[in-house]
Amino acid sequence: MEYRICNVEDLPEGERVIAEVGDIEIGVFNIKGRYVAYENRCMHQGGPVCRGRLLGRWEELLSPEKKVTGGRHSDTDIDIVCPWHGWEYDALTGENIADRTIRLRKIELFVDDGALVALVPDEAGVRVDG
Amino acid sequence: MTSTTTERRRSEALILNTRPREDLLRNAEREARLRQLHRFPIFDVDCHVIETMHLADIVPYIQNEAIRDRYQHVPSAAALNLPSAYGDKDVAGRIYRDEHIPGTRGVPRVQDLIRDMRRMGVNAASVFPTPMLALGEHPEVEVETALGQAYNRWLIDHCLKEEPALKAMLYLPFNDPEAALREVEQLGDAPGVVGFLVTSVRRNPVYHNDFLPVYAALQERNLPIGFHGGVNWTKASVSGSLNRFLTVHALDFPLYNMVHLFNIIINGLPERFPGVRWLFYEAGLAWLVFAAMRLDNEFMMRPSEAPLLKRKPSEYMRDMYFGTQPMEYPDRMEHLELIFELLDGANHFLYASDYPHWDFDLPSRIYDLPFLSEEDKRKILGGNALRVFGIDPASLEPTGSE
Repeated sequence: MEYRICNVEDLPEGERVIAEVGDIEIGVFNIKGRYVAYENRCMHQGGPVCRGRLLGRWEELLSPEKKVTGGRHSDTDIDIVCPWHGWEYDALTGENIADRTIRLRKIELFVDDGALVALVPDEAGVRVDG
Repeated sequence: MTSTTTERRRSEALILNTRPREDLLRNAEREARLRQLHRFPIFDVDCHVIETMHLADIVPYIQNEAIRDRYQHVPSAAALNLPSAYGDKDVAGRIYRDEHIPGTRGVPRVQDLIRDMRRMGVNAASVFPTPMLALGEHPEVEVETALGQAYNRWLIDHCLKEEPALKAMLYLPFNDPEAALREVEQLGDAPGVVGFLVTSVRRNPVYHNDFLPVYAALQERNLPIGFHGGVNWTKASVSGSLNRFLTVHALDFPLYNMVHLFNIIINGLPERFPGVRWLFYEAGLAWLVFAAMRLDNEFMMRPSEAPLLKRKPSEYMRDMYFGTQPMEYPDRMEHLELIFELLDGANHFLYASDYPHWDFDLPSRIYDLPFLSEEDKRKILGGNALRVFGIDPASLEPTGSE
């Protein structure tokens, strides 16, 4: 099933839309001009990860002698952080930055006639693992 | 609707409110519904109010006039000077809760706490304070006693009497054993009181003869005693060299619980007071493996240092009760399964949320464990706690019907 989310120009860089598509809730993001969408369900405890903060990944800076000289937010690596417990995911790939084997459930997106459209498989109900 | 050139069906998505700090528990409600958690009672042994937001209401309950005057003058949490205030619990604002919760520290209004619990699928809960978890290290013993006693009476009058879904292990002012005994004697039968709590960040030797009347009074009333972990991030503490809240939190919660558990067992308190039930909160489960194996090994080499023991230390641990939160998240589930097996988790682990603190656990953490039977899941999520606290499951309000 396809779901029209919004017009492309209505989702500027760094912004998001939270939408209900069939049985699931998704977050649609514009990350530096690239559009990505994930199920709004953290892999930890099902938290509202897509309502979390988008932040440049925090990096620690080392001198040639390996002293910590400070820190900064990355300009290139953007993370989304689940507000429930702080699980942090690469916003472009959905990979958890502390354990790359854990990934948010990605939802396929495409642009059609100026609109962002999410393609959600018909069997894509919410799953309970365990 | 935008016209489509494909053969696929297309609908308009339902756009939801995107304000980030609104309705964050919508997801918790969904997780409970997916698992149909309303089918059986769920009791959360550990959730939190921010009692210091009610300091103005608590102060009139302070019996010591000089201390009452002090806090009437400055009724703020800052005036308590508690070391638990250190540390960035929210990871520079990455972790947050619904708007009615300041930071992730607790829920000020008990009505909001109960509404949130219901959304998670919890029928009833035992509530603890938040900043006062560090009150045991307060250098003025009379202040700890006065505030602890006042908190207990405020909690009974303003929360427990009004909300049957809320229970409490009351605060034991453990730096003053006589005052602690008086609390058990005076409040042990009060409505909603299911036991007494020692905030475990403290240095009291729990085996000292001064505390024996407290254990005897608890045993006589069939009330459990709990120990709730916490942090003490001061230069003078054992955690003084740690430079991240991650590490001080990882170490201190189990550390303080472990010190008391070691003292309780090796000094033979379970043999001296066999009717007392010992509960430990908020240190996860992994520390139990260390404690059980380490104590057993030492005991085998030095049994004459623990002559009151008739069994190995780990066997006494199997009689104790442990809150599950924050339950560890190992790569291999069988590692967690071994801990449940080692400590008879099916009968002695108690689901704890710690809601709304930063590392809270939903009931799904227990319900999704693949190695537990449905019966064991229900015991850990509610049955064990209802048994320990003597609560009739029929007295609980339902949480949902789907």
